[in-house]
Amino acid sequence: MPVNYLMPEYEVYRNPARCIACRACERQCANEVHHYDADLKAMVADDAKCVNCHRCVSLCPTRALKIVKSDHTFRENANWTGEAITEIYKQAATGGVLLSAMGNPKAFPIYWDKLLINASQVTNPPIDPLREPMETRTFLGKKSDTIRRDAQGNILCQGEPQLELKVPIMFSAMSYGSISYNAHASLARAAQALGTYYNTGEGGLHQDFYQYGANTIVQVASGRFGVFSDYLNAGAAIEIKMGQGAKPGIGGHLPGAKIVGDISRTRMIPEGSDAISPAPHHDIYSIEDLRQLVFSLKEATHYQKPVFVKIAAVHNVAAIASGIARSGADVICIDGFRGGTGAAPTRIRDNVGIPIELALASVDTRLREEGIRDQVGLVVGGSIRNAADVVKAIALGADAVYIATSALIALGCHLCRSCQSGKCNWGIATQRPELVKRLNPDVGSQRLVNLVTAWKHEIEEIMGGMGINSIEALRGNRMMLRGIGLTDRELSILGIRHAGE
Amino acid sequence: MKRIYVNEAWCLGCHLCEYYCAFANSGEDDMVKALKGVTIHPRIQIESQGNISFAVSCRHCPEPLCVKGCITGALTQKDGVITIDENKCVGCYTCILSCPYGAVMPGEGTAVQKCELCTRNAQGSPACVAGCPNQAIVWEER
Repeated sequence: MPVNYLMPEYEVYRNPARCIACRACERQCANEVHHYDADLKAMVADDAKCVNCHRCVSLCPTRALKIVKSDHTFRENANWTGEAITEIYKQAATGGVLLSAMGNPKAFPIYWDKLLINASQVTNPPIDPLREPMETRTFLGKKSDTIRRDAQGNILCQGEPQLELKVPIMFSAMSYGSISYNAHASLARAAQALGTYYNTGEGGLHQDFYQYGANTIVQVASGRFGVFSDYLNAGAAIEIKMGQGAKPGIGGHLPGAKIVGDISRTRMIPEGSDAISPAPHHDIYSIEDLRQLVFSLKEATHYQKPVFVKIAAVHNVAAIASGIARSGADVICIDGFRGGTGAAPTRIRDNVGIPIELALASVDTRLREEGIRDQVGLVVGGSIRNAADVVKAIALGADAVYIATSALIALGCHLCRSCQSGKCNWGIATQRPELVKRLNPDVGSQRLVNLVTAWKHEIEEIMGGMGINSIEALRGNRMMLRGIGLTDRELSILGIRHAGE
Repeated sequence: MKRIYVNEAWCLGCHLCEYYCAFANSGEDDMVKALKGVTIHPRIQIESQGNISFAVSCRHCPEPLCVKGCITGALTQKDGVITIDENKCVGCYTCILSCPYGAVMPGEGTAVQKCELCTRNAQGSPACVAGCPNQAIVWEER
């Protein structure tokens, strides 16, 4: 018997008085936690396999199940926590890099929760969005700073390409491969219904989804998987991915085992070969190099589509954004350190990057100081959790936000953070056909539409309370924000006053 | 007429439809009380092989062979729904033999049982449809 260093994190608690042994839990758990013991005539569970995804709990018809955190403990130690000790055991056993999924879960400050929103009282009237017009539409792209006229003096309306968003919320990049076909179908259909956009991520665009091209942002990342002329021209915009909030500075690796069938075809790589996205784009070592790719892509799409550049929020983000704005990109996307991923080295995810709130404020400030804010749209992502976060992001200077974790949660994700296992019980982060089918896109797309529609109502309510009737009037309106419990330094970076001031 | 249709593409094979069916027809108001320690005899049943599964229940055929074959008039068709009168059924099982879908089955007493679209229990509309976690069973007009 080998020594077992790893104890179960969770315990499956089954109320024997309520369990009817229907075995739905057993049939639904890809981790094989539950099974029926014919001798005992009862369900039993192996706690060690449980990842706490709640699939069994959610489907149990008699609510007989709950998952509880194990109270098995190490000797109390504020420095050597149970987690720290367990990670050492894991690495001592495997010699490998620790992998994790989804966004940084550590207890870093959440600045959204330290920002408070204004409302109108007496001197300016609030607006009732149910009675008066309220504009949530916005446009992404370069804004012209001059009026151009033809020889006859008529104003030329043809400006730079713009994306029209009916709500300032888009679904951020998740590749086909990292998430399932049905998850992609749900996102694509919801984006079309909502008048917004979803993003292919680096996995190419499945042939079935070309029909949603008008609501698709196609991504070009360092591996260039699935990139060809039809792909670039299929989307409404092109995004160059330089970095990702969950793992700034490193690339990606989709194991060969997942490169099968449609995924191989869509990525345009042989079945079974590892899909390795290098950490850098090997043709981009400077802003000038980036400019070449931006214009290569514009040339390839006849200057009809805006080009986005996505970067992770890192220490020098304001200067980098300034460079990107000058590279000819139409939109800058910044991904904060809470941004999700299908798999990232734990140490990178938990220790690299900076909060999106600070990155957004410093980028917007810098671009405004340099007089180039109008030259680019600004989109932020990396844990936008609700409508208030959206409003705060726009007031800090964003044109729109990207959501992905929120979208996956709407599809059923319970943030068990086990995407890298490929055994997602909710049919999202998996390619196993019997699991993929658990996500019916009819249900999934409707849930996404419901989520964004609900947020839109809330955004309208919050804007109405401030006496603001359009997203355009809220953007960069930092007077609408006050900080609570923040230091002078934090307030100055955020460019806001403290509550009470 | 609204009928139950199944879509095997979305069926997870979780068998919950069977349990919701058994509960709906149990006459109890609590699922635990109705089904704890009980071997269920649902009127909808999952057929499966490998990763493919789907639920089978009465199609409520416009020209039902079971009704034609019934020797006592226990099976009748009204407004498209085929129901069984347990008092008239003698358990000859002609209907079971004649149903091409295997959707009529022996009941707990003498009489046979079959899906009656939850029209004769407290549910009011098909419990399997309401309980399906992935909309693999739908109740609609086509």
